[in-house]
Amino acid sequence: MSEHEHVLVVFPHPDDEAFGVAGTILSYTENNIPVTYACLTLGEMGRNMGNPQFANRETLPEVRKQELDNACSLLGINDLRRFGMRDKTIEFEDFDVLTSKVEEVIHEINPSLIITFYPGYAVHPDHDATGEAVIEAVKRLPKQSRPIVYALAFSNNCEVHIGPPDVTLDVSKYAEQKLKVIEAHASQTAGTIEVMKQQFNEQDEAVTDRLMKERFWTYRFDDG
Amino acid sequence: MKPIDKDLVQQQLNQRSNRPQYIHVETTNGAYASHKNESFFSAGAFLRNVELQYTIGKITGSGPYRVGLKLDGGWVYAEGLTDWTVDEEDRLLLAGHDHDGKLAVALQLSATPFRN
Repeated sequence: MSEHEHVLVVFPHPDDEAFGVAGTILSYTENNIPVTYACLTLGEMGRNMGNPQFANRETLPEVRKQELDNACSLLGINDLRRFGMRDKTIEFEDFDVLTSKVEEVIHEINPSLIITFYPGYAVHPDHDATGEAVIEAVKRLPKQSRPIVYALAFSNNCEVHIGPPDVTLDVSKYAEQKLKVIEAHASQTAGTIEVMKQQFNEQDEAVTDRLMKERFWTYRFDDG
Repeated sequence: MKPIDKDLVQQQLNQRSNRPQYIHVETTNGAYASHKNESFFSAGAFLRNVELQYTIGKITGSGPYRVGLKLDGGWVYAEGLTDWTVDEEDRLLLAGHDHDGKLAVALQLSATPFRN
């Protein structure tokens, strides 16, 4: 992991960084490798309003903005870029404008690793559209100066199409911190986090695996 | 938000009739519905900051509730509404939360545009 100098994480929603990659992010920031997080929206269209309910459709954006700030401090992320887009609209936006915006960040920070969603295999249309823009932005770079891209896929049967993930990181030492990051997104995770914690304490296999191992597909560019 | 009080919501709808309003309407079963259950047909609709004016606004049902707005040249309605509030910006927010507390439908009215 220490081969990286600067990591760029690009996701559309606050909390996308919590479930599948918090341990990986911590493994970098705890080793003083800077992580920049480009988060495209405020998750304005989230369906969860807290448990018990404390938000509504109009207060949710500000709530989630705060939650993301808290999650970033728990993750040791000092460079958060908000793209100011709206939840559930990414796929309808001007693809070129978004791609250029990602490209600008890449040029500015020159990351050695980018983490994003695997386009076509990430279930939520915002996830797929974000991944697509990131891949396109990287494609615009000369082949020899492209960073490594770790892509996250979780659609049903995705392995039939793209094979199994080739990168599995053991992040077990960050499991408890990861739980705190998930918990920081209280409007979305209250209720389920208690169940998760209990299952973790009882060493439930599925939850333990989810917290201790993070899996990625190294994106292979079709132009070599 | 609090559970809908039909009379108070009706008062709100009356107060706003025949005056320009911005509307937010949304129905959703969540972006993961078909992922979690492949036989589930996922559908939804969303509109925000469409300006309109209605002549009749009515809340019906005994909970979950329905709200219909009769426009000069058309209609708006939503069903499954359970909770309501008038926020500090005097916007009428109506939402339907499912058995897990997740938002399934919303209908909101405001004299000024909602933040985009």
